[in-house]
Amino acid sequence: MKILIKSGRVIDPASGLDANQDIAIAAGRIVAMGDTINDFTPEKTIDASGTVVAPGLIDLCTRLREPGFEHESMLESEMAAAVAGGVTSLVCPPDTDPVLDEPGLVDMLKFRTKKLRQARVFPLGALTRGLKGEVLTEMAELTESGCVGFGQADVPIVNTQVLQRTFQYAASFGYSVWLRPQDYWLGQGVAASGPLATRMGLSGVPVAAEVIALETIFELLRGTPARVHLCRISSAKGLELVRKAKVEGLPITCDVSVHNLHLIDVDMGYYDARLRLQPPVRQQIDRDALRAGLADGTIDALVSDHNPVEADAKNLPFAQAEPGATAVELLLSLALKWGQADGVPDITVLRALTRGPASVLGQSLGSLQDSIGRIVVGGVADICIYNPHDEWVVSDDRLRSQGKHTPFTGYALPGTVCQTIAGGFIAFDGQ
Amino acid sequence: MRLQRNPQLNANGELIHLLSTEGLSKAVLTHILDTAANFVSVSDREVKKVPLLRGKSVFNLFFENSTRTRTTFDIAATRLSADVINLDIARSSASKGESLLDTIDNLSAMAADIFVVRHNESGAPYLIAQHVAPHVHVVNAGDGRHAHPTQALLDMYTIRHFKGDFSNLSVAIVGDVLHSRVARSNIHALTTLGCPDVRVVGPKTLVPGDMTQMGARVCHDLREGISGVDVVIALRLQNERMSGALLPSAQEFFKSYGLTPERMQWAKPDAIVMHPGPINRGVEIASAVADGPQAVILSQVTFGIAVRMAVMSIVASHDA
Repeated sequence: MKILIKSGRVIDPASGLDANQDIAIAAGRIVAMGDTINDFTPEKTIDASGTVVAPGLIDLCTRLREPGFEHESMLESEMAAAVAGGVTSLVCPPDTDPVLDEPGLVDMLKFRTKKLRQARVFPLGALTRGLKGEVLTEMAELTESGCVGFGQADVPIVNTQVLQRTFQYAASFGYSVWLRPQDYWLGQGVAASGPLATRMGLSGVPVAAEVIALETIFELLRGTPARVHLCRISSAKGLELVRKAKVEGLPITCDVSVHNLHLIDVDMGYYDARLRLQPPVRQQIDRDALRAGLADGTIDALVSDHNPVEADAKNLPFAQAEPGATAVELLLSLALKWGQADGVPDITVLRALTRGPASVLGQSLGSLQDSIGRIVVGGVADICIYNPHDEWVVSDDRLRSQGKHTPFTGYALPGTVCQTIAGGFIAFDGQ
Repeated sequence: MRLQRNPQLNANGELIHLLSTEGLSKAVLTHILDTAANFVSVSDREVKKVPLLRGKSVFNLFFENSTRTRTTFDIAATRLSADVINLDIARSSASKGESLLDTIDNLSAMAADIFVVRHNESGAPYLIAQHVAPHVHVVNAGDGRHAHPTQALLDMYTIRHFKGDFSNLSVAIVGDVLHSRVARSNIHALTTLGCPDVRVVGPKTLVPGDMTQMGARVCHDLREGISGVDVVIALRLQNERMSGALLPSAQEFFKSYGLTPERMQWAKPDAIVMHPGPINRGVEIASAVADGPQAVILSQVTFGIAVRMAVMSIVASHDA
């Protein structure tokens, strides 16, 4: 379909563009951009005046819960939620049921998601079979099926020799390894260690759990270079180590979740299970450091860490509640809220959602590498059009996700998505 | 977040649930102790009953085993003329996979007025209190490591009985403070009631440094911890602590932190010794001390009935 997006404020972090421009789309690609576009007869015109036209958002962690929850049509609802949130590309972690460690499962997932004509789905394959941390998966086969990298979701590899070998093996083919840095033994707690967890009688996860895991990964990388993406940095100290490692030249990238960006342990209130999250939200000093780190680029991407946990799994005492929160529909708004509060320019806020995550994915995107996460003539037409002046209140009926549990329920958040265009197709129209 | 107001209090600041001593004012705590004082005499009568909760149903919901606490709640409710139902959760539907809230809903449908709940997870009573109908009251009989408010209240009653004013007392809590809901509830109650010197004593594995933020002084040396104190509260040491690399053995714990007659000389001569029970003789406390003149452990048990009568009658008298 030929689409003309008229009079929007186009922000493209990759090129630094921030100007009022028209955009012409045809056959799934951007064919022209400029103040006026001649010789283009659109079949549909979108009046984007008063809105921001940004590259479609890239979420590096959205759980679709498939395979596993087919009986609840979760794939359909969560994919719909993603495009409603302005997300046109998403990475799903391998902690599905069964675990994404067989090429057939990846083929099926890609097939089913492609049919929906919504966001592009880039699955992460399991790094070890069953995520058990013992036996390597068939990474070449899984990559052929469409995996963009290999990870362990929330399950640390305890055996350091196995961890080292996953780096070696992945590096042989140029595959990237995605790890959440948390020591297995020290990471058993349910809340962030500190005076509050002590007072509340909750087992804690100390910052040392993250620091030790990071130091282990960095030391292994010095001997065995491999591309590693660190998922969900949660502490100031951890961030500082990442900063130093980047300066040293280690081939790492990292992300932070919207929860660690906005919330702290005190937000648990009276044992609110919506704050049962992995990693746990920490203290003020950590939140401040993470916000600064995202602004200055030490952190490459902001992720939703979307997990549509069922109501029953949250209606339990804190320690027994399933960790996770629904978040893909809040990603843009929470990014804008951060930008507004900290005075971060829109172009930097959007970089954390577009160009940043695209560069994390890098070569694994293949031919899409040059156009995903950017608005460029000749590139794919993945666009998010949003109204930055509008506000919405988070509530169950506003969410398309089947997961309704989020710590942000009741919050008034800035920014509403007007349209989401994926591959030149209007996947979501909020008007 | 959902629960902004202290869920224990209604809009008038009256106690509708007892979940924790934290967040309760000195006035509320003192009112409970004063009410308990009135009930102490009931146990001395020939007919040990008052009709305050006649017609009300008290359900004892113990997800964690306990004979003594459940028995004292049973006795307390019976003395208030309530109908008492004891639920043996281990053999009940919970072991068949019924969720906590489903259990509560089913029992509420049987017209419970008060739930006395003990659970092994910190915070469970808050979930329940949020969930029950407005006329139902929840009394926390112990949740994980977090709180054991009725134990703290009976401990406060005991201290007040033997020592009077809190404002010039020194109190030491000795033992596995890290895992102790009794310790936490006592620290909150003592500091609220004006005790200026609360100490927690034990090895670093069992006494975390950040307890200072709760208003207690952290001591890892027993002598420093109980020097000049008016009250020593010994906590029970559980066997699991040995397997978790927190302690090498019960013998070594006794060697460093056990209360013996010799060590009790470091405390004030008229210091009292308390213990929430059941005691491990020769581990946290020597028999000579447990059976000696300074121990008031059995008084704690007696006062515990009156305090629990006070708590149940108070919460039942206030609307949500």
